[in-house]
Amino acid sequence: MLIYGLGLLAFSYLAGQLFGDFLGELIGVQANVGGVGFAMLLLVLLHNYFHKKQWLKGNFDEGIGFWSNMYIPVIVAMSASQNALLAFNKGVLPIVAGILIVVIGFVLVPIISKIKTTAS
Amino acid sequence: MNIISFFEKNGMITSFLLIAIIMLVAEQISTRLLRKKIPGSAIAILLGLVLAYYGGILTGGEKGIADIAFFSGFKLVGGSMFRDFCIVSTALGVSFPVMLQAGKAGVISLIIGLIVSFVVGICVGLAFGYHDAESLATIGAGTLTFIVGPVTGSALGASSDVIALSVATGVVKAIAVTIFTPLIASKIKLDNPHSAMVFGGIMGTTSGVAAGLAATDQKLVPYGALTATFYTGLGCLLCPSVFYLALKALM
Repeated sequence: MLIYGLGLLAFSYLAGQLFGDFLGELIGVQANVGGVGFAMLLLVLLHNYFHKKQWLKGNFDEGIGFWSNMYIPVIVAMSASQNALLAFNKGVLPIVAGILIVVIGFVLVPIISKIKTTAS
Repeated sequence: MNIISFFEKNGMITSFLLIAIIMLVAEQISTRLLRKKIPGSAIAILLGLVLAYYGGILTGGEKGIADIAFFSGFKLVGGSMFRDFCIVSTALGVSFPVMLQAGKAGVISLIIGLIVSFVVGICVGLAFGYHDAESLATIGAGTLTFIVGPVTGSALGASSDVIALSVATGVVKAIAVTIFTPLIASKIKLDNPHSAMVFGGIMGTTSGVAAGLAATDQKLVPYGALTATFYTGLGCLLCPSVFYLALKALM
């Protein structure tokens, strides 16, 4: 059943985000800490468990797969509702700082990527 | 009957139709004009940003094209709920061994990403003539993400001008990551899960990382999102406390 897949995704999302909000509250910040990460972890673990128990019947996975295919359209909607005007009308400082850090970031990515945990 | 309020009432469905049209146009531009040199998804995201800018000019609002009634559904579909829900759904393609192998690099990239962003923001702030620790810390925090900036600024009591600057810096960063990532990905070897996790930790801005990786290779999205999801929260924790005190001690 498709709705069961969607239900599992919704459960993982809510539990993960709730935990992220709770963690944020615990360390005293007004933000979610790792909610999406915990939700992803939970989804993978539960999905594996369901798979082992052979509970994944019919089009269960399509309830999840639909949303991962909706990812790019949602990102298009997100970029269309960014405060893009603010990026350009606050003078030069935001443009210099915002672009400089991205350039430095691009330089750092291949350097830090060299760090690998070797399987022992 | 007011036709605009009809579309507003059916905002979410209207936005599905509009996004489908944007994607179609982007795909045609990609195949016919650019011979697939730039992927359709990258062009669609870029078109989105152009629309956002146009909407901002037209309305003066904060939500880009979504401030126009006809496009109001974009607020919901392009909001953080749908975005995070879709990111979570991509997790099924994730490989645990790969993730564990990249774990150490991911954590290191997070720490370096937070510190470097803060320092760069402060240096730019100094260059533009800010000398008090509160303003500098707020601008530094805005260089992390557009959420950390205002959180830090209001915690430290920075002026509203400086807080607006910090938000703008975070928005420029998100847009710059979105536009430049697909163009530079092959040069920085951003083509595997390991470097995507490092990329998420270094850049941190969820909107930018999500859009930049979507335009590069959708398979990398969950890996980048995994580290980026900790960035804003940790930034909100560290900027008004440890980073601010360290800055104050140095001045």
